[in-house]
Amino acid sequence: MNERELRGLIGQVKAGALSRRAFVQRMMAMGLAAPLATQLLVHAGVAMAQSRPSYKPTKRGGGGPLKLLLWQAPTLLNPHFATGNKDREATRMFYEPLAGWDGDGNLRPALAAAIPGREDGTLAADGKSVIWRLKQGVVWHDGKPFTADDVVFNWQYASDPAAAATTSATYKDVKVEKVDDHTVKVLFDAPTPFWALAFVGTQGMIIPKHLFADYMGAKSREAPANLKPVGTGPYKFKDFKPGDMVMGETYPNYHMPNRPHFDSFEMKGGGDAVSAARAVLQTGEYDFAWNMQVEDEILQRLEKTGKGRVEISPGGNIEHIQLNTTDPWTEIDGERSRLGTKHPTLSDPAVRQALIVLVDKDSVEKFIYGRTGNATANFVNNPEKFRSKNTKFEFNVDKANDILEKAGWKKGADGIREKDGKKLKFVYQTSINQPRQKTQAIVKQACQKVGIEIEVKAVTASVFFSSDVANPDTYTKFYCDLQMYTTTMTQPDPELFMKQFLTEEQATKANKWQGRNITRWSSKEYDDNFKAGQAELDPVKRAALFIKANDMVIANQVVIPVVARPAVQAMTLKLKAAMSGWDNNTWDIQDWYKDA
Amino acid sequence: MSRQYVIRRILIAIPSIFGISVILFTVLALAPGDPFSELAANPAIPPEVAAALRAKFGLDDPVWTRYWHWLLAMLQGDWGFSFASRINVDTLIMQRLPTTLIVIGAAQLLAMLVALPVGVLAGTRPYSIFDQIANTFAFIGFSLPTFFTGLLLILVFSVQLDWLPMVYRADLSATGWQWCWEQLKQSIMPVTVLGLFQAAQLVRYVRSSVLDVVRLDYITTARSKGIGERAVIVRHVVRTALIPVVTLVALQMPIVFGGALVTEQIFRVPGIGSLLISAMQSNDTPVVMAVTFVLSCLVVIFNLIADILYGWLDPRISYR
Repeated sequence: MNERELRGLIGQVKAGALSRRAFVQRMMAMGLAAPLATQLLVHAGVAMAQSRPSYKPTKRGGGGPLKLLLWQAPTLLNPHFATGNKDREATRMFYEPLAGWDGDGNLRPALAAAIPGREDGTLAADGKSVIWRLKQGVVWHDGKPFTADDVVFNWQYASDPAAAATTSATYKDVKVEKVDDHTVKVLFDAPTPFWALAFVGTQGMIIPKHLFADYMGAKSREAPANLKPVGTGPYKFKDFKPGDMVMGETYPNYHMPNRPHFDSFEMKGGGDAVSAARAVLQTGEYDFAWNMQVEDEILQRLEKTGKGRVEISPGGNIEHIQLNTTDPWTEIDGERSRLGTKHPTLSDPAVRQALIVLVDKDSVEKFIYGRTGNATANFVNNPEKFRSKNTKFEFNVDKANDILEKAGWKKGADGIREKDGKKLKFVYQTSINQPRQKTQAIVKQACQKVGIEIEVKAVTASVFFSSDVANPDTYTKFYCDLQMYTTTMTQPDPELFMKQFLTEEQATKANKWQGRNITRWSSKEYDDNFKAGQAELDPVKRAALFIKANDMVIANQVVIPVVARPAVQAMTLKLKAAMSGWDNNTWDIQDWYKDA
Repeated sequence: MSRQYVIRRILIAIPSIFGISVILFTVLALAPGDPFSELAANPAIPPEVAAALRAKFGLDDPVWTRYWHWLLAMLQGDWGFSFASRINVDTLIMQRLPTTLIVIGAAQLLAMLVALPVGVLAGTRPYSIFDQIANTFAFIGFSLPTFFTGLLLILVFSVQLDWLPMVYRADLSATGWQWCWEQLKQSIMPVTVLGLFQAAQLVRYVRSSVLDVVRLDYITTARSKGIGERAVIVRHVVRTALIPVVTLVALQMPIVFGGALVTEQIFRVPGIGSLLISAMQSNDTPVVMAVTFVLSCLVVIFNLIADILYGWLDPRISYR
């Protein structure tokens, strides 16, 4: 899809010929996250859909306790130091951002009075600033009023390099000004088409200035409120044992009427995913369990007992296979897979093409992941029902045979294809995880049929995903031919995500393998296209450039996408909670309720 | 037993504890993994954040510098803080210790309550039907790993019958009798699994110890004097036979503090064992170091106590 077509579509939405939802779905098929798609519409002057919760209870409290089970336990409760989702899910019970992302990629206000837009002038036409009007009358759990000073403080706190906040990337390149007590202005150095990052969603939770002001930067660890959060959220802190449990109770002065429904909550951590699924779906001991990394077959069996259901929400996670462009088997200067070397066999496009048609994605979806993984041809997410027709994928052993035969790879005496004395033998690594080992087996089997020998290798997850410079088995070193893992899209804007194919991001010994480009693929065309996208002021042009970037990655066979992995949660039948793949699970915790 | 002996043993214990700390620290430093790997895997967090944290927490220093810092702090009673939660390690441990003491302590108690009578009865009537049944169960008991029996109990009592909760909670919201009832209900499965596993080993030990004593001449003498069988067993056999058992129990005491790694994980008991496991998984060196170090100290100390107890209970043994 090019810019003109994109504009055409936006025009149709404006004219009312195409529904907003259908547009978002088309964009997702192109590999754009839903939040980015809705932002395109906002820029074009189509107001964002009013995101409204379906909340039924008519009074605050009375819902009894809410019991959540996280099999990875939260370890800290300061949103600016959260290391993983486990921490963010827990902090969101107490702290709120200005707005959160709903499942359709629309913004819903939390501490903001309204979502900024072009029509009321809060969103600057040049894309260099955005004005947030804050909700009035919001009171922190300790009785102090919430004002613009708190918002400005969060920017100062998170952008201080001495604090080493995990949210620093969101805040370090913006400036935040207080306009009046209930208005702040976020200023960007350059025109920023995607403006809803600071103070929004997972990175946007706001902590009180009066409790953290004395603990900026290097002193951040000493703040007592790190362990006893005082927020604006629907639940007030009661108890926290790191690595075990978090407890809270209803905040009687919460700023949204009739909320929350539950009198208290308890978030228990530890154990494993399968038994967590059991505790919700089978015994009903808990109301909600997150991140069900459990085979769908088991989930379906548990659901049959009739106590709970599994909720699946599309997000940006992709299980994919990377093909090494460099030579992993020759060591130069203490470094394998070194830039400048060429992979002896994978550098032949025919071999790559053959491999792509040898990954039986449908079988992987059908027999391994079920509802928890949808076969995909795009690198950026692509839910099954909106699968684009141009980026079709296929599984075809005959075609692979044909491609290899034509390219001159002949079967040797041992049945393995070779050319110029080089055999098609690959080492294929991934982390230890049952579905991954099963996927490896499916690929290995298909390859065997055409005379490609695959040696599978499985590395403990804690080693594979570590940044340990001394260990040869980490995924960033990529000291083998093929490797597979899930890459996560943590922000709705694809810019950061697509960085992983930039030449300057190549992982090397020089940058301690911290570069994000792990396949070491390099293309001037891609780099130029990316830079153009980065600098593009016009959001529609920019979106078109990122769609193109996605196509280039697929067309050049840099990676083979296998399945898109949506977020999977388990909850009891009575619990009503809207999940969003673009925000935390607890993003609208105030609207959770149980049917009587 | 001389006071000199005790002093000498304590003096020997110091270098061994020191040696243990060096080994632990080196092994942890050599182990693969990185406490900030979760940050590194997230593209939204720039690599500088992880780098700044590494520098801040002193992870870039050479192993010996880090060990030296740790040792100096430890000697001053500063246990350091967890990388994962940034809380002082001693606070973390104190949060977990009561749960472990309650659950594992109850399990040890259950083990002794079962093992002592069964072991003594089996030992005094060797090769009887009772002895054979007890033996069979003891073998089954310590051959079945706790992760198996634990899952079995969960399947039967939580999933099928729905009698007992499968998740152990340290903060029960109930009070009074309700609290006692819920605490009892949630403790039954972990305590049974652990207690019976321990009991199975202990039964074999008590039995063989009783068997050794029963054959001795002074028991025959006691019997021939016309003392009743009950009195012979309780006053003469058991008193002597239990001396090695007491030392065995003393040697097992560190386990009560250390928690049970596997069982705690299965039932989600928030004890020291689960703290250690999650700390290892996230490469949280200060926590792993503190827990393992305290445990090794306890092992050394209880070894000493066992030796002293042994000498005190059994005057035939003398230390020089």
